[in-house]
Amino acid sequence: MLAQSLVAQSIFGQSIVAQGAAAEFVRPHIDWHAFAPELILVGWGALVTVVDLIGLERVRRIIGPLTGIGFLLAMIPVLTLWDLDSEIPRVLFDGAYVVDNYSLVLKGVFLFSGYVVVLLASNYMAEGDYYDSEFYQLIAASVLGMLIMTSARDLVTIFIALELVSIPAYMMAAWRKRDLKSNEAGLKYMLMGVFASAILLYGMSLLYGAAADTRLSVIGESLASADSAPFITLGVLFTIIGFAFKVSAVPFHTWAPDTYEGAPTPLTAFLAVASKAAGFVGLISIIVFAFGDLPELVEPFMWILSAATMTVGNLIALRQDNVVRMLAYSGIAQAGYMLAPLAVYGGQLAEAQQAIVIYLVIYAAMNLGAFAVVIIAARKTRSGDIESFSGMLRYAPGLTAAMTVFLFSLAGIPPMGGFWAKFWVFKVLTDGWELWGTLLALIAAVNSVIAAFYYLNVAKQMWFLPARDGDNSPIIIPPALIAAVAITVIVTLLTGVTGWVPSWADFPAVAAAP
Amino acid sequence: MDFLNSWGLTAMVFAPLVGAVVMMLIPERDEELHKMVALVASVVSFIIGALLLTNFDYGASGTMQFGVDRSWIDVINARYSIGLDGMSLPLIALTLLVTPLVIIYSWNHIPSPGNAKAFLMLILVLHTGMLGTFVARDLVLFFVFFEVVLLPMYFMIGVWGGEDRLYASIKFFLYTLFGSAFMLVSFLALYWLTGSETFNMVELAAQVQAEGLTRNQQALLFGGMFLGFGIKVPMFPFHTWLPDAHTQAPTQGSVILAAVLLKLGTYGFVRIALPILPEGAVVWAPWIGLLAVIGIIYGALGCLAQTDMKRLIAFSSVAHMGYVMLGIATLTDFGINAAIFGMVAHGLITGMLFFIAGSVKERYHTLEIKRLGGLLIQAPRMGWILGITSMASLGLPGLAGFWGEFPAILAAYNPNAGLNTTLFRVYMVVAAIGTVLAAAYLLWLLQRTAFGEPSEEFADDPNIHDTVFTEWVAWVPMLILIIVLGFVPGLIFDVTNEPVSLIGDVFENMSSDSALGTGG
Repeated sequence: MLAQSLVAQSIFGQSIVAQGAAAEFVRPHIDWHAFAPELILVGWGALVTVVDLIGLERVRRIIGPLTGIGFLLAMIPVLTLWDLDSEIPRVLFDGAYVVDNYSLVLKGVFLFSGYVVVLLASNYMAEGDYYDSEFYQLIAASVLGMLIMTSARDLVTIFIALELVSIPAYMMAAWRKRDLKSNEAGLKYMLMGVFASAILLYGMSLLYGAAADTRLSVIGESLASADSAPFITLGVLFTIIGFAFKVSAVPFHTWAPDTYEGAPTPLTAFLAVASKAAGFVGLISIIVFAFGDLPELVEPFMWILSAATMTVGNLIALRQDNVVRMLAYSGIAQAGYMLAPLAVYGGQLAEAQQAIVIYLVIYAAMNLGAFAVVIIAARKTRSGDIESFSGMLRYAPGLTAAMTVFLFSLAGIPPMGGFWAKFWVFKVLTDGWELWGTLLALIAAVNSVIAAFYYLNVAKQMWFLPARDGDNSPIIIPPALIAAVAITVIVTLLTGVTGWVPSWADFPAVAAAP
Repeated sequence: MDFLNSWGLTAMVFAPLVGAVVMMLIPERDEELHKMVALVASVVSFIIGALLLTNFDYGASGTMQFGVDRSWIDVINARYSIGLDGMSLPLIALTLLVTPLVIIYSWNHIPSPGNAKAFLMLILVLHTGMLGTFVARDLVLFFVFFEVVLLPMYFMIGVWGGEDRLYASIKFFLYTLFGSAFMLVSFLALYWLTGSETFNMVELAAQVQAEGLTRNQQALLFGGMFLGFGIKVPMFPFHTWLPDAHTQAPTQGSVILAAVLLKLGTYGFVRIALPILPEGAVVWAPWIGLLAVIGIIYGALGCLAQTDMKRLIAFSSVAHMGYVMLGIATLTDFGINAAIFGMVAHGLITGMLFFIAGSVKERYHTLEIKRLGGLLIQAPRMGWILGITSMASLGLPGLAGFWGEFPAILAAYNPNAGLNTTLFRVYMVVAAIGTVLAAAYLLWLLQRTAFGEPSEEFADDPNIHDTVFTEWVAWVPMLILIIVLGFVPGLIFDVTNEPVSLIGDVFENMSSDSALGTGG
C-alpha cells in the first residue's frame, strides 16, 4: 500500500516530504552481505549483457567464460556467509527472505551447477552455430532465480523465483531452432510448465485465503491451528502438484523425456540437475516451513508420489536405448528417492530436509558429470545411442573411468557419493521402524537394484564391447569439458569416501524461525 | 611397535590401493613396471600383515588387537573402527597370501584382451576391499568395504571373462546388490531399534541384549542380513550366479572369488548376524541348516552332471560352502570353529583347483572334460598337483579339507540346546552322504582328466607342457599350507577357539535364560 501511494504521489508531482512524518517512507533494513550473491549475479549479468551489446561478434568468445566467472564471484559471499556461522540465520524483509545454512548450501549447489553447465556449453554452443552469448545470459538469469528460491520463505517470492528459473529455460529448450525436436521440447516444456504454474498459483491462493498472509511461517501457524477444511486440503494438494510437475514426479513427468531429448544437451544437464533441484527446494521450503504440522495430510500423498515415481521411472528407463532419454527417466527415478523422506517427515522434519539436501548436492555432481561424458562421447560418435558408448575403454580410458564413477554413484554403490545420498534417505525411512516408512525403504531397495541394471548397461558398453564403428583412435577433449569432468569426479569421490555432510547446526532452529 | 598398533592395520588395508593409484599415473605400455608395482604393493601389504601376525597376542585372541577407532561421520556416529581378532586373523592371512600369488601367476597369464594395467589395478582394489571387510568393526564401514569388492570383480568378469561374460557379470552384480540392499535396511533398522545410535558391532550386540529386542524383530532383521550374506556365500537357492561367474571369470578372478570373496558372506554370518541377533539366529538356524544340506547334495549332484571342468569346480564350491553353513547353523563353538576352518581350507583348495583349471585351459584351450585326459603323461607334475588337491577337496584326512568338513558334520550331531536335535541329526546324515558324492565326482574328474592316455587331438600338441616357474611360485605356498593344515589343524583352531567361544557363550546364556523363563 505504501509503495503504491508513493508511486501515485510522484506521478502527481507532489513532494513526498510535504506528506509529513507519519507517511514518510522508511526503507526496510537490508542486510547487504546476506543479499550479496544475488546482487553480484544481477550486476555481473548486466555487465556481461552490456559487453555483449558493445562488442558484438568480437567478444562472443569470452561471454561464456565471463558468465562462469560471474558464478564464481557470486560464490565468494556464499563462502564468507558460511564462515559467519554465528550470525546465521539472517532474516530479511520481515521473514520473507532468509539466509541460513540450508539456503547457503543450496546456493553453492546452484552456482556450482551453473558454472559446470557453462563449461559444458562452451564448445557445444560455439561449434553448433547457435546464439551463444544470449544462452549464457539466460543461464545466469535462471540461476539467479534459483538463488532467490533457496532463501524465499514467502509464497510470492517463491512463485517469482520459480518463474525466473523456468522462463529462460523454456527459451533455451528450443534453442536449436532448426531442429523440430528442439521446438517440440521447448513448446512441450512451456505448455506443461505454464499449466503447472497455474495449478500452483491456485493452490497458493487457497493457502493465502486460509492464512491471510503470504509468509510461510505464518501460513504454517494458521494451518496448524485451523480446523481442517476442504479448501485447505485442496490448497495443500494443488501446491504439491504444482511442484510435482517441476520435479517431474510420476504421473506429472510426461514432459521430461521429450524435453530432455530435444533440448541442447548442456541445457538438458541444467534442467535435469539445477532446474529440478530448484523445484525441490521450493517443495521442501513449503513443506518444512508451512506444512510442517500437517504430516497426516501430506505424507500419504508423498508416499504414493514417491513410490510411483521411483518405480515407473526405473521401469521405463530399463527400456531406453538413447542415453539422454535413459538419463531422463533415471532422473525421474532419482526424484522418487528424493521425495521419499517427505513421506515420513512427521517428527523428523529437519532430518528429512537434510536427507533431501544431501541428495541434491551429490546428485548435482554425479549427474552433471554423466552429462559431461555424454556430451564428450557425442562429439566423437555423433549419436545418442547407448550403444555408441561401446569400446570407450580402448580410446578414452580416463573418460571411461570417470563415467564409471558417475554410473556407480548414480546406482548408489559405495564408495561413491551416490551411496550416501541413498543412505540418508534410507536412514530417514527406517527411523522408528514404522510400517509405511520401512515398506517404502524396501521398495527403494528393490528399485536401486533395478536401476543398477541400466546403469551397468552403459558401463558394459564402455568396458566390455569393442567400438561399434571400429575406430579406436584417441579422442581430443576440449579443456573446458575436461575441467567439468574433473570437478564432478572429485566431488563425487570425495563425498563418497569421506561421507561428507554439510554442517546443519541450525537446521532445527530454522524450521521454527520466523 | 607404536606404528603397528596405531597404523598397522590401516597401512595393510590401504597399501594395495596406494599401489593402484601409483599405477594410474604410469602409462599403459610399461607392462613390466605395472606388474612390479602391483606385486610390490601386495607384498608390502603382506609384510605389514606378517608383522602384525607375529606381534599378535595369541594368548588373548578373543580380544580386538591393533584396534583403531576414529571419528568418520559424526552425524550418524559411524566410525572408522577396525581391529584384528582370532576370528578374522585366519581369513586375513588367507587374503594376504592369495593376492600376491595371483599377481605372480598373472606375470605371464594376463588374460585376453590384455591391458595389464587395468587388470592389476582391479586386483589391488579388490584386495583393499577384502582386507577392509575382514578388519571392519563398524557396520557402515563393513558395508562400504563389502560393496567395494563388487566393482572390480564385475569388471574382471566382464572384460577378461569367457564367451558368456556379459551375462555372467551382470548376474553376479545384480544378485549381490539385491542382497546388500536388504542388508543395509537391516543395518539401519538395527541402528534405530536398539536406540543406541551406533554402528559399532560390539556395542550393538550388547545393546540388543539390553534392549531385549523381541524374537520377531530379531528374526526380521536377521532375514535382511541372511539375504545379504546368504547370496554372497552362496546358499541354495541363491547360488545360480556362482557357476556362471566362476566359469566365465578369468583364472585370477575365479581364484580370488573362490578363495576369499565367498568367505565374505560366511564371515558376515559369524561376525555380525550371529553375535548381534542371537534370537534371530535361533529362528533361522533350522532353515539355514536345511538350505545348507540341500546345497551339499544339490552341489554334488550338479558336479556329477557337468561336462566342463571349471563349472564342476564351481558346483563343488556350492557343496563345500554348504558344510561351512551347516557348521554355522549348529550355533555351537564346535560348529563355528569348523566353519572358519572350512572357509580357509576351501579357500586354499578350491583356489588351487581354479589355478590348475586355468593352466589346463591355457594349454588345451578347452576345459571340456571328455576331451581331456592323460594329464599325468603330458604334464606329470601338474597331474600330481591336481591329484593332491582333489584329495584335499574330497576331505581326505591328513589334508586341510578334512578339518573343515568332518567337524562340521559332527557338530550337527549335537546342535545348540535351543535347536531341534533330531532335525540336525537328519541333516548330519544327509551331509555325510554328501561326502560320498564328493568323493565320487572328484575321483571321476581326476580319472577322466589326469589318468589314461592323452586324447588324439592333443597327443602331439607342442603347447602342452608341464608347470612353469610362475606357476610353481604361485602354487607351492598353497600346497604346503594344504598339507600343513591337514596335519596341524591346531594352527587355526587355537586362534579361532577363543573368539568363537565368546559367540558360543551368547547362545549358551540365551538357552539357559529361556529354559528358566519359559520352563524349557
